[in-house]
Amino acid sequence: MAQIGSFALLLALALSAYSCLAGMLALAFPRAGSERLSETARRAGIATFALIFLAALVLVISAFSDDFSIAYIFHHSNRDLPAPYKFAVLWSGQEGSLLFWSLLLGTYGLVLRLRHKTDTRLFAYASVIIAAVQVFFLLLLNFAANPFGIMQGSLPADGNGLNPLLQYPEMVIHPPMLYLGYVGFTVPFAFALGALIMKYPGEKWIHITRRWTMVTWGFLTCGILLGAHWAYSVLGWGGYWGWDPVENASFLPWLTGTAFLHSVMMQEKRGMLKVWNMWLIFTTFLLSILGTFLTRSGVVSSVHAFAESSIGSWFIAFLAIILAVCIVAFILNHSHLKSEHRLESLVSRESSFLFNNLLFVVACFAVLWGTLFPVLSEWVQGHKITVGPPFFNNVMIPIALLLLVLTAVGPLLAWRRTSIESLKRNFLWPTIGALALGIFLMITPESWGSPFGLRPWKEISYLYSLMAIMLSALVAFTVISEFVRGGRVISRHTGDNLFSSMVHLAHRNTRRYGGYIVHFGVIVIIIGFAGSAFNKDKEQEMGFGDKMTIGPYTLVCQSYTQEDKPNYGSEWAIMNVFKDGRPVTTLYPERRFFKASQQPSTMPSIHSTPLGDLYLVYEGQNNDTGKPIIKGHWNPLVMWIWVGAWIMIVGTILALIPNAVPVRVAAPARVQTAPVGAGD
Amino acid sequence: MRQTSNFRFRRVSSAALLGLAVIVLMGASDEDARFSSLGHKLMCVCSCNQVLLECNHVGCNYSDRMRGELAAGMQRGDSDSLILQAFVQRYGPTVLIAPTTTGFNRIAWIMPYLVLVLGLTAVVFIVRAWKMRPAALPSGAAPVSGPELEHFREQARKDTDL
Repeated sequence: MAQIGSFALLLALALSAYSCLAGMLALAFPRAGSERLSETARRAGIATFALIFLAALVLVISAFSDDFSIAYIFHHSNRDLPAPYKFAVLWSGQEGSLLFWSLLLGTYGLVLRLRHKTDTRLFAYASVIIAAVQVFFLLLLNFAANPFGIMQGSLPADGNGLNPLLQYPEMVIHPPMLYLGYVGFTVPFAFALGALIMKYPGEKWIHITRRWTMVTWGFLTCGILLGAHWAYSVLGWGGYWGWDPVENASFLPWLTGTAFLHSVMMQEKRGMLKVWNMWLIFTTFLLSILGTFLTRSGVVSSVHAFAESSIGSWFIAFLAIILAVCIVAFILNHSHLKSEHRLESLVSRESSFLFNNLLFVVACFAVLWGTLFPVLSEWVQGHKITVGPPFFNNVMIPIALLLLVLTAVGPLLAWRRTSIESLKRNFLWPTIGALALGIFLMITPESWGSPFGLRPWKEISYLYSLMAIMLSALVAFTVISEFVRGGRVISRHTGDNLFSSMVHLAHRNTRRYGGYIVHFGVIVIIIGFAGSAFNKDKEQEMGFGDKMTIGPYTLVCQSYTQEDKPNYGSEWAIMNVFKDGRPVTTLYPERRFFKASQQPSTMPSIHSTPLGDLYLVYEGQNNDTGKPIIKGHWNPLVMWIWVGAWIMIVGTILALIPNAVPVRVAAPARVQTAPVGAGD
Repeated sequence: MRQTSNFRFRRVSSAALLGLAVIVLMGASDEDARFSSLGHKLMCVCSCNQVLLECNHVGCNYSDRMRGELAAGMQRGDSDSLILQAFVQRYGPTVLIAPTTTGFNRIAWIMPYLVLVLGLTAVVFIVRAWKMRPAALPSGAAPVSGPELEHFREQARKDTDL
């Protein structure tokens, strides 16, 4: 099997190199026959996908058939590993995950090459660039991180097993989502670079690129939030985001990608920011590769990172080449990106987008700076330092609050100019509503439980929390008012009820209203984050009948026991949960010991409600008494984060749906009928 | 008038500082809160990359010992900075969860804010400059029709998102 995989990867490298070179030749020297050459390059690209798919299939089959002659399978699987995790073996180690990267890039390339008739020349350029990126990953797979390396010596009876932290259902979908996001940014990059090199006339390329970016951004958002949920559900420290370098690595391209999705509207509608948008796409792709490098090189220490390896230098060289290509292409073709920048008013959508982009880019810089500062410190001071959550929270919370202000204000500003009267009309009630909510939260008694009884003067985190909730309310009110106002207009014309009119409204301009729903999801998530200011935790030894009070709950230990399963042995406690003296639920915090990897792992048990999560961790046993030590966390509002994530996904999907057919509105006499709903 | 406002400013500043000191001292009197605060300024060094008081690494050899050292330091009556210094001497500078605000580490804190301020200044400057640019003169007051009218309609649709 290993030989088939190795051979497939070698052939894929040859074909992708051909796809890149032949495609490049056909584009550089257009003459008779170059179209046929370009077609062979396209088909070679498609064949590359087939071969990488074959290699990935071989690896998965090897995992399922416990072929421990392959070193990768020996290190990342074992006989008793449940079937879904054997599938996840594909991306659980360095080599396999690189193969998975390559497979997803091949899949994106396949879709792009099959849709080449949309714009043959632009797609040919994009195809060449994707093939070039593919060549890099296939070089890595063939010569630096081969997943089909053979075990030396006698064949082992069983494998080392999968990392226990990865044996969780979400790990079967979190990495693919994250990788689809990372890898997907190659496509907008390929279109942008292609359009720059060929001096693409008009703005059609930006429409094509925007849709691909939105799809990719959606996957990355899903991946990041699934990762946060996995960290919360598995790592057992009671949190979901720790500003770990690997988490940061995924956040960086998300920030610049989000900036691009906003600023691209300036280019589409006003023909502005062409250079800025081009570099935002370049930067986003570079950050995706940088993130892949950080995760794999051992440059920064992280619990999520793959084992330290020598492939870091390959990535540095690749990053340098990409940057050089971008700079050269820009220098040679920048005159094509000239545009007239003019603002009619300071109070306009254009201004808000400029500030929005600034904040996203500064946020990206802050995260990158904090992530790499330990490396810088080592160079300058000779020793590493830790840059942990307090740094990121201090720097990022003010930026996030400013972004929230823009999220509330921006969508209600008109393109070109907004009158003060319009601002007053649109913001008066949302502002009053947000202030009223803030005052209500401050005057309610603390005994109601967080976030009620919020006293911002007690702690800076309470102040941030109050501001976040108030600004989120402001955004929510402005979004709702936008839907209601638009819905009423349609309702007046069609006679439909308000709700169906709002649905119709969203369908007429899916991008705009999908975007609003995404904003709504973001503020629901922010409210969830705001709850962390009120987190409480308590650790206690819990014998039979022992009690612990945390947040609004009282826990009583009913029992504790042990269990043995083929893959792992476990110790767990049975905890009855009461609220106001009434039984609520029973939780089972657990500690597992995985036999193959000889590694322990905790399985927190969570009771989730909209007001907060009761989160129990089985910390271990007191060796003297034999009683379990239970750590309880009371985490207010966490459920809002996961609900917000779903809302963001729904908004993104809506934004990707094509607009409804424009509605023809009956026009007054002597004025021709005009289509409405064409814009997005 | 100016003296009065200065006096008021000093009064308000003094009151604010006094309030802050009271809050800080109130916090300091609470040993649990102090333990929690110091414990959240330290990392567990077992390579779990977690805050000392949040390390749940099963069988961790470090976190229990470090918590004990923290409690012992507090019992000795050491100040916060002395306790943190002792940890740095024993476990190295990576034990502190965030960069200090001294020496080269100060740059870590300054840079993001500096970039934000410079960026805001640049954007304000750009917005003002673009606002000052003269608008293209209209070609004439004659009524438009046909493709030119459609062009204006398209522009209006883009601007109004309809």
